[in-house]
Amino acid sequence: MSSNQQSDNVLSLRGISKTFGAVAALTDIDLDVAAGQVVAIVGDNGAGKSTLVKILSGVHPPDSGKIVFDSKTVEIPTPAAAHRLGIATVYQDLALCENLNVIQNLFLGQELRPLRLNDVAMETRSWDLLRQLSAKIPSVRVPVASLSGGQRQTVAIARSLLGDPKVIILDEPTAALGVAQTAEVLNLVERLRERGLGVIMISHNMADVKAVADTVAVLRLGRNNGVFDVNDVSSEDIIAAITGATDNAVTQRQARRKEGLSS
Amino acid sequence: MSTTVKNTATDRQDERLRSREGLRGAISDVVERARGGDLGVIPVVVGLIVIWSVLQILNPVFLSSANLVNLTLESAAVGVIALGIVCVLLVGQIDLSVGSVSGLSSAVLAVLFVSQGLPIWVAILGAVLMGAVVGWVYAQLFNRFGVPSFVISMAGLLAFLGLQLYVLGSKGSINLPFDSGLVNFAQLSFVPDWLSYTFAVVAAVWLFVSGYLHASERRRAGLSSKSTSMLAIRSAVLLAVLAFVVWYLGQTRGIGWMFVFFVGMVLVMHYLLSRTKWGRSVYAVGGNVEAARRAGINVKAVYTSVFVLCSSFAAVGGILAAARLAAANQSSGGGDINLNAIAAAVIGGTSLFGGRGTAFGALLGIIVIQSISSGLTLLNLDSSIRFVVTGVVLLLAVVVDSIARKSRTSHGRA
Repeated sequence: MSSNQQSDNVLSLRGISKTFGAVAALTDIDLDVAAGQVVAIVGDNGAGKSTLVKILSGVHPPDSGKIVFDSKTVEIPTPAAAHRLGIATVYQDLALCENLNVIQNLFLGQELRPLRLNDVAMETRSWDLLRQLSAKIPSVRVPVASLSGGQRQTVAIARSLLGDPKVIILDEPTAALGVAQTAEVLNLVERLRERGLGVIMISHNMADVKAVADTVAVLRLGRNNGVFDVNDVSSEDIIAAITGATDNAVTQRQARRKEGLSS
Repeated sequence: MSTTVKNTATDRQDERLRSREGLRGAISDVVERARGGDLGVIPVVVGLIVIWSVLQILNPVFLSSANLVNLTLESAAVGVIALGIVCVLLVGQIDLSVGSVSGLSSAVLAVLFVSQGLPIWVAILGAVLMGAVVGWVYAQLFNRFGVPSFVISMAGLLAFLGLQLYVLGSKGSINLPFDSGLVNFAQLSFVPDWLSYTFAVVAAVWLFVSGYLHASERRRAGLSSKSTSMLAIRSAVLLAVLAFVVWYLGQTRGIGWMFVFFVGMVLVMHYLLSRTKWGRSVYAVGGNVEAARRAGINVKAVYTSVFVLCSSFAAVGGILAAARLAAANQSSGGGDINLNAIAAAVIGGTSLFGGRGTAFGALLGIIVIQSISSGLTLLNLDSSIRFVVTGVVLLLAVVVDSIARKSRTSHGRA
């Protein structure tokens, strides 16, 4: 990424490293996210994606390196600090309470008027949020248990928007979803981009990455292994960067299939 | 989108929603919810009707005004304890020591008041404070060491029984003077008829006014709301039921202040659980602890508040029981009190799995439990059979809870 883009970046990481005991989980990671940009972080299992998310969401502090948020150098010691800065994280398991309804989940921990809950204002605000995301949730008074996977993902994303964040981190947002629901969530990601948020999306799914991301950052064994503009790169190139070789299990497989087809 | 959307309330715009209005809509909503396993208070009401019918057939005295007055007075002490159990069950934990804590509280009250000669309010405060400390210790053990709550409270069950015996000393029994205000409150003070009717009217009017204000606030915000006629019908039904209860109990002694105290506690807990941030966090912790923690809820504080509340309610229950008996002795808080309190909470619809239940459940549940106990006493059956029947009813309640849970899962309401 060129240096003149630096000023637009809402979030920049420089030289982030993190070790757990003898294992270097992340070494010298750089990452830039601009407002209105979707950055996909891809990598194999153990590449350090989750660790990076945890550093950004304040679960683990980094050992070294610099985090620049809104052109200020910041530290993110706790999840609450990340929230205050304006970094919202939607975890893979969504962290919703199934026994509570949509409104109660959206406002969990940040209810309006703690001693006499303002249900009306919370319901109005819930509908506003869901409409902004064009969410297809028929009623906000049903327990979350009765919603589909895509609807739950929507609720989780809507909840992260409640604090007006600048950056939103989606951890495997489509991992457990069907075809239609995946499309719904991808639409949602595009709507987040239109609203001018920086979106970091962790994904294993090349099709999803190609579909919505602007930039793909590849991690391999805890190091940067290339940042690509999504329009200039093929899935094969990304996979090559993920696995670290053009000759890998995936390409061999495809080559075999091609041979099989042609013969 | 056409103009019809503009006239539809914000929460009613999705075309998949079937709109149901008026009384018929409300009734079909309830039926639908029950089919989906969201039973609410239906099982306990049905159970109550069955139990009352059977017991009335077996002994015509059962539904007499005098016996029902007695029943309300008997239910207050264990009912208050059950209220605490509801809170603990809501966060998915259990307190098995409420019986012992209530017995210890009786003993502490009697010793402070009678043996030490302190003023009654100091004795009451001392007993409740003791309960709060017990709950706080449980919470520390639970939060710091992660010991399962049923083990902690089982240890407490034994330890506090021992402490109760120690506090009572060699005599083993302390009588509370009959002329003390506390005994008078529990045994002899009844609400005058006019005041009972006033309570009934105030409750109905309050239900209507608060409902009306809420509905108009929702209308202003462009949300769907209950119609005024529905609110009026609801209030009228409540008024009729309350007035009938007051009239029927008024045939003999009327409504005891102790029962009013219990109902007051239920209303306070209902408000705290359903209308405050604390209540929300209690349900959230019971539903998904990890989600609650990530939402920024101080989970340990919630556990602490709930354990303290439960033990304090147990202590208050012990005070009421001592006042009712006019004595504290070695069997105070013993026997079936522990299980009755838990059974009342579960029968009242509080899930053993956490996150589901209401304060009113404790009220309904304890009336079922006390009905069984009172009915069987009237039939001159001894406690062996009473234990068996209560045990079976508890089992039935848990089975209904489990079936409803399965049904909720299959209907997507889990």
